[in-house]
Parts: sequence; structure tokens; C-alpha cells
Amino acid sequence: MSCCGTNPGYEELDEVSRLVSSRLAAFLKTLRDSGFAVGLAEGQDAAELMTAGYAAKPGLLRSAFKHLFSARKSDWEKFDGIFDAFWLGRRVRSRSMTTGSSKAANNPSLKTLADGQRSGSETAMDQVPSTDDAGADRVGEGRMEGASRADNLAEVDFRKLADPAQIGQAHEAAARLARAMRTRLSRRDLARRRGYRLDLRRTIHGNISHGGVPIDLVRRQRKTKPLRLVMLLDASGSMSMYTGVFLRFIHGVLDQFREAEAFLFHTRLAHVSDAMKEKDAARALDRLSILAQGAGGGTKIGESLQTFNRWHAARVIHSRTVVMIVSDGYETGDAALLGREMAALGRRCRRIVWLNPMMAWEGYAPEAAGIKAALPHVDLYAPANTLNSLAALEPYLAKL
Amino acid sequence: MKDRKEIAERLAASGYIADAELATAISLMLMLKRPLLLEGEAGVGKTEVAKALASVHTTELIRLQCYEGLDQSAALYEWNYQRQLLSIQAHRGDDPDAVEDQIFSQKYLLERPLLAAIRRDRPPVLLIDEIDRADDEFEAFLLELLSDFQVSIPELGTIKATAIPHVVLTSNGTRELSDALRRRCLYHYVDYPDVDREARIIMARIDGAGASLALQIARMVEGVRKEELRKVPGVAETLDWAAALVGLGVRDLHDAPETVHETLMCLLKTHEDKSRVTREVSERLLGKVA
Repeated sequence: MSCCGTNPGYEELDEVSRLVSSRLAAFLKTLRDSGFAVGLAEGQDAAELMTAGYAAKPGLLRSAFKHLFSARKSDWEKFDGIFDAFWLGRRVRSRSMTTGSSKAANNPSLKTLADGQRSGSETAMDQVPSTDDAGADRVGEGRMEGASRADNLAEVDFRKLADPAQIGQAHEAAARLARAMRTRLSRRDLARRRGYRLDLRRTIHGNISHGGVPIDLVRRQRKTKPLRLVMLLDASGSMSMYTGVFLRFIHGVLDQFREAEAFLFHTRLAHVSDAMKEKDAARALDRLSILAQGAGGGTKIGESLQTFNRWHAARVIHSRTVVMIVSDGYETGDAALLGREMAALGRRCRRIVWLNPMMAWEGYAPEAAGIKAALPHVDLYAPANTLNSLAALEPYLAKL
Repeated sequence: MKDRKEIAERLAASGYIADAELATAISLMLMLKRPLLLEGEAGVGKTEVAKALASVHTTELIRLQCYEGLDQSAALYEWNYQRQLLSIQAHRGDDPDAVEDQIFSQKYLLERPLLAAIRRDRPPVLLIDEIDRADDEFEAFLLELLSDFQVSIPELGTIKATAIPHVVLTSNGTRELSDALRRRCLYHYVDYPDVDREARIIMARIDGAGASLALQIARMVEGVRKEELRKVPGVAETLDWAAALVGLGVRDLHDAPETVHETLMCLLKTHEDKSRVTREVSERLLGKVA
């Protein structure tokens, strides 16, 4: 009889463990959706932990799982919220869901900024002389016209592009240009890798077969780090006419290129390299939509740089890093802070390039307090309002 | 030994005041046999965790300090070439096979930290310090070692670990580590200790620091950390400062504001920070310390 009494017990236990494991699987999925890198091995270990008695106390289980599943500081910080929401049914603070969810629904997404070029371009359309001039020149050349639309486009200020097809072309060209820059820069780097010192240990090792007489010399080459590009893009309202093109440009640079990082800022700073590494450009922009909150408001360049210096600079900047800031320099925060943070940034990196699309506007002078404070620390201050001016950057970067 | 409370107590006995989460991490590390990856700002005591762990297990601590350009011959093993050459010269004319067998024997093998760690009878604590400074290639190599715990030396054969070492990796975050390495490890973020824990750390480490002084120092340091500094002082700096104050015979910070300001150099390590924390600032901070 006793066996009949225990059997259902086992079955119940089985039932419980099945429930637990399906729950656990769901939790792993939630974690993966939130950007955690969780594999099978972690799942097994988690199951082991739960059977080892950790499941009895939620606080303990949370702490154990946190160590097991987190892989970086950002994971570490958002884990508690996700755990509580899943197992204890508490609300997640909105902050902790930023990574995975790409609900563009109720935000003005960057994609619309990129494709639409809504309000800004309309006002810009009032003054189009340069487009006309460029067009007239081409007409003179007659048969060149059809083939050289891209060249034609090259000199047109981005804000004056109105027709969606043209905008599309400009985006394509920016992406192409970025890719070309990337490959050329890295190849030059390789060719320059010469310079030698004798490696004594390896020389002796390599010549044991000669009884230790150093016949074949082994030289030591200095390993140079490839140039790294860190881009900080201003996505505020005043820049909205240019954001789209630059996002495509950044996407092109980041694409398959290890030594590049991208950040977006308006009133706060966001690290967007991961989102931008999405192969499909439109999808990458979609993933950025969450960051569009606040786009169109003021610009706090100083504060954003402060965040960058404090939390990201140590990781993303090494001795051969060029920081490229794309902004019009209209600072709504404290200009003195901007100056201080620029100085701090300058100490860390090799060069600071500031691209200001407004610079080519007629009658523009760097009068704004922000740009005035920043300029002394900038190594290259250039306009970047046309594809040609973007391309002009390449020789400068190649020299570094 | 798997009990977290016991771990915390034994860590405390060896002079490391751990928070509850770290004790959990260490018990998991023993249970799941995974390496522990510690990240955090410089000076929060990441390396100390490994030292304390070694003393908890009463075992040896083997440390591999990573740097740029670190390679297998400095991390794993290397043949002692000079000695091999001498031996070849000395045995000139002998049977070449015998000479070869001799010069590729254990006697001529230089053991580097990683090989040493897997050849001990008693599992040691292997501390791989500042892994973010090593190159990507080395990281990949390390990953392989950490999953198999065996090393193959072409001339000698495969050496399997006699005991799996307790592996602790630390990183300052100067470079992004690979996802593969992160996934293999348990992760723990070491933050600056709160006032209470820092005071206990001071008391545990500095002889002659009373409870009230330790608490004052910890509060003051917390205030300094909130200032906008280029180099935020870590626990090591706090301990230096506490030692300095005790050495100068300070019993209460309020009695000696001059000394407090003058010894702040223990905490502030750049000229810019030093000039930012002026006498007024240090008095303001001192005023907040109860």
C-alpha cells in the first residue's frame, strides 16, 4: 500500500518541477528579450540553483540569478527590476526596459525624422538658389546629366533636399562614403606597420637548431592600434534637418567595423552602437526610436559630454581615437561646463573633430556661447552639410 | 563551506568586509564551478576579494597581471632556452635522442601562472587581474583554458588540471570584454562601499582606528566622492588617509580641521582635484560629518 501512497507524491513533484522549468524558460526568454546574453548552460545552472533550495527565498534567488545572468554593468543594474516584475509581479520601472522593446508607436521616431524631414525642410525650401545653380551647370553639360546625379547631389546642402528620392540617394551616398572611408583608413594603417627591435628570447629559441648561433634574427614589431572613431551626434530640434543623413553615415561607419562607437545626445546621452549595428539601416533607426524622446527639445551638450566623460570615455577611448562631434553648438545648458568637459575630453583622445552643418550657411559666425566655449579645444572645425564636405574629412583622418 | 553566512564570516576574519551579495557570488562560484568576473571602478577592492578568498580557503593565490602584449609565453609556459643551450653544449657528442628527451623534460619547463594554477594538488585561487588590459587574442585563448582546464605542450603532451582552481577575473572597464568571456563567468559589480561598510573596513584594517573616528572618516570620504573629481578616491585611498590620521594622533576630525585638510592629499591624486577641494570645501564637508 505504501507504494501507492508515494507514487502520486512523485507525480506531483514531477508536475511541480515541470511547472518550475516552464516558468524558468519563460524567464530566460524575458531576459533574452531585454538584451541579456543567456545561453543553455546558464539555464541549466539556474535549474540547478532552484533545486538546491535557492527557490525558497526570493531575495536570495534574485541575488544568485543576478550574478549568473548579468554580464555587464547595465545588466547588473536593470536585473532586479526585471526579476521583480517577472517573479513577484511588480511593475518594472520604465528605465529597465529600454533595450529590447522597440515600440515606435507613440514616439516621434527617428525614422520619421530621417525619412520625412517634415517641418524643417519646408522652411528651408524658401531659399534654394544653390540647388538651382548646380542644376543649371549640369544642364549646360547636357548628356552628363543623367549619369551624374550623384555628383550633382554632392554639393547640395542636406537641408535643401526635399524630394524623398533625393533624400534616399543622399542617404545611400553617405552610407557608401562611410564604408569607403572605413576600409581605406584601415588599409593605410596596415602598410605603415614597420619598425623593428630585436627580440632576443625568440631569436635564441629560433636558433637552437644552429646550436644557439643567432643566424635567423627575429624582430619585434610594434603593434599599432587601428584608428578608432567615436561619434557623438546631436539629435536636437535645431539639427533635425541633418540628423537623418548623419545617422545613415554613422550606420555606414559602424557596419562591420569594430573600432567605432556612436552616441546620440540631445538633453541626455545615449550609447547607440549596438542598436546601430543592425544590418538593415531602416531597422536600426527603428531601434533608436526610443531615444527620440526629447529630440526636438533643447540641447545640453555640456551635460551630455559630462556623462560621456564620466561613464563611457574610459572604455571607448584609447590613445588612437578621434572623437567626432556633430552639432550646431546651440547649447541651452551651461556653456562654461561645456568648455570644461571639452578640455577633459581633449586630454583623453587624440583629436577632436567638430562638424557643424551650419558653418556653411551664409553669414554664420560661431557666436553662440556654446560653440565659443568649445572651439579652443577642437582640432578640426569643419562644415559637413554636403556629401563632398563629408568626403573631405577622409584625408585628414588618414593622416592620423 | 557552502553556507553564505560562514563565507561572509570567514572573509571578515581575513580582513575583507563583504556585502551579502558578494558572499552569494562566492558560494555560487564554488557550487557551479564558474569563474567570477568582478567589475568596478579602480580602487574599490576587486583584487582584495581574491586575496581574501585565498585566505578563506587557506590556499595559495596565483596572480596573473594582464597587460597589453601579454602572450602565452608569459602567461602559460616557456622553455628555458638558455639552459637548454647549455645542456646541448655540455652533452655534445652524446646520443642525440637522449639529449632531446632531456632538454624537453619538466626540468627545463618554466612554469608561468596559468600552468602553475592547474598543476597544484590543492586548488589555488587564480587571480587574472585587469583582463581588460590584455589583447583580444589573449582573451580568446584564456576562454579556451577556462573551459577545459588543460594545456597541450607539443613537446611534452597534454597536461590536465589536477584540481580546478578558483578563478577570479577583474576588469576596470577600459575595454569592452567579449560576450563569450562574460557568459562563462558569474558577474559581480563591485561598487564603492556605503558609509557603514567602509567604516567597518577601516576598523578591520587600521589598528587604532576607533568606531567613531572610522565612521567620521567614512562619512567624510563619502562627501569627497560626491564632489566633482577627476579621480574619485577608492577604498585603498580611504585606508591610506585613515592610517595617516591615526598616525598623526587625530582622534576626532572636528578637533583638527587643519590636519584634515592637509592630509587630504591621500585622497586627491591630481592637481586639478587638489585645487578644487579648497579649504572652504573641506570645511564644508567636515561640517556635514556628524
